[in-house]
Amino acid sequence: MNSSSATLEVENLCAHFFTKSGVVKAVDNVSFAVKSGEVLGLVGESGSGKTVTGFSILGLVDPPGRIVSGSIRYKGEELIGADKERLRHIRGNRIAMIFQDPTMTLNPVLRIDTQLIETIRAHHDTDANTARAQARDALGQVGIPSPEERLKCYPHELSGGMRQRVAIAIAFLNKPDLIIADEPTTALDVTIQAQIIHEAQTLCRESGTALVWITHDLAVVAGLADHICVMYAGRIVEEGSADNVIDQPMHPYTAGLIGSVPSHNQRGKRLAQIPGSTPSLLNLPEGCAFRTRCGFNDDTCLREPKVTHPAKGRSLRCFHPVSKGQAS
Amino acid sequence: MTAMIQTDALTKNFVQKQDFAGKMAAMLGARSPAREVQAVNQVNLVVNKGEVVGLVGESGCGKSTIGRMIAGIMEPTAGRVLYKGANVAEMTGEEEKSTKLAVQMIFQDPFASLNPRQRVSGIVGEAPLMHGLVTRSELDGYVDETLLKVGLDPDFRRRYPHQFSGGQRQRIGIARALAVKPDFLVCDEAVAALDVSIQAQVLNLFMDLREEFDLTYLFISHDLGVVEHISDRIAIMYLGRLVETSPTDELFKNPNHPYTQALLAEVPRLDQRKRTFHPLKGEIPSPIDPPGGCYFHPRCPHVFDKCRKDAPMLKEISPGRFSACHLNDKADV
Repeated sequence: MNSSSATLEVENLCAHFFTKSGVVKAVDNVSFAVKSGEVLGLVGESGSGKTVTGFSILGLVDPPGRIVSGSIRYKGEELIGADKERLRHIRGNRIAMIFQDPTMTLNPVLRIDTQLIETIRAHHDTDANTARAQARDALGQVGIPSPEERLKCYPHELSGGMRQRVAIAIAFLNKPDLIIADEPTTALDVTIQAQIIHEAQTLCRESGTALVWITHDLAVVAGLADHICVMYAGRIVEEGSADNVIDQPMHPYTAGLIGSVPSHNQRGKRLAQIPGSTPSLLNLPEGCAFRTRCGFNDDTCLREPKVTHPAKGRSLRCFHPVSKGQAS
Repeated sequence: MTAMIQTDALTKNFVQKQDFAGKMAAMLGARSPAREVQAVNQVNLVVNKGEVVGLVGESGCGKSTIGRMIAGIMEPTAGRVLYKGANVAEMTGEEEKSTKLAVQMIFQDPFASLNPRQRVSGIVGEAPLMHGLVTRSELDGYVDETLLKVGLDPDFRRRYPHQFSGGQRQRIGIARALAVKPDFLVCDEAVAALDVSIQAQVLNLFMDLREEFDLTYLFISHDLGVVEHISDRIAIMYLGRLVETSPTDELFKNPNHPYTQALLAEVPRLDQRKRTFHPLKGEIPSPIDPPGGCYFHPRCPHVFDKCRKDAPMLKEISPGRFSACHLNDKADV
């Protein structure tokens, strides 16, 4: 990938949590890059480290967690260890985040307009009236009816879907170069989810914003992302274009995940399930972390699988890639 | 054939409690309008023996309320729930007891629905012991057997719920329901809180149990992908009313109601790449103040005059398929 054109490059990122019971390697040697206008889907189940990866990019990992090593570059500029003033300038302005729970973004005791205008004026030298007009347009843009009146509302006066759309409007406000969206539609209904994906798509296409969409839902990512990274137990186990990863998964875990999606199976037939459950990060199996749930497990898997590149633009951490047709 | 479960014009209204200011205003002689929410409005739903019926709708449409009324943990405001043709509300004594045991419920949140201070043996074993299905000496064996049925190790019997993962907890919830030998299960978003790979395991368990114990399910979910997979028939709800019921195949092949069509179009699918989403405009109206006529008309792309005035009734449009939409009448004229 051409490094000069990437909006965000993450290289060998390790974020560990130092707890009483041991070191939790929530993010372990994770590397990826997103270009302008591109959508990257970061897929994984609970505890796979996808959220901590997103938090690391914005410098939101709190003790006992710490970024141990690695590099996060925004347009070539190193963010790890950058001074606070510089981070303040970038966060909310050039890089924005959408959280799963909109109550994490919105202050319950401030009106919507205060929060939107504050976001604009923190980064730009605009007068209050212009900022207000911008805020109103931003609400309209995410499909909130009668935005002028909604500006005067407090967060509790809005429904969950509306609140999430306000959170998204705040993320979009300063037309950032990069948006990290952490399960933004998981708590929402299908029709609202479609509206929000629609807004995100429009923004990426029109203003060239790069988008990292963190989710557990493969079906959403299939319809939205250009590129997919699949995470398991803190590592990216498979990476490639959306078509490649979903049509020809090579890691047994990816293949298992795809097999578990009900609409991918014949109605009423048993679903292809992955046995067992995600191991605790405190007590990962030696070698390949997926070994204990994998059907191809043998002695080679006791060693740690290195990243290989089985095809152009694809990377994989597995000794026994699933070949085409084998995946069900 | 009498249906296993039938609801007859089932209705549930929730009345908002007056707050302090409201009570003061009422004491001072203000006319206090009681704010009433129609959560479920005249629903006629039939579930036949051995069938899996999927009940689908967005949040706030009343699907959980229907499930709770059928499971007998909530009283309907009006209408009846019939179990094997008999009105549940009029039952007494033995009949009432056996019906309550026969209809069991599985809840969405495996963290909130288990007593954190009770061991698994107590959670699963309490009900069958109290109802005299097993004696105290048989209890341990019975609990082990039930845990095995849902794929849990009987050695876990002495553990507390917090020692289990989400998927395992949901299995405990299923074991608790199965322990009283029900023949009808209401599954309220039973797999919504689980990861994809665990969700597949639990769905497989539901399908296995159905075969093994000849169970009938009402499967409540907002996830059309899940419902499509497990259901024989699907009922779609919008704002407290049923808008369409149909066999699963036909519903997905040829959705009739505009709301069903919109829902199906927006379900993300693995085989669709780089699609452009064309969302339905607007949001679900508030059930406190629903629009007149057809509840869906403010969002419907095919709205015409009649929709704003008259609420459409559920009508049979082809054998076994019902839809509540004025467009079907229009075609006849």
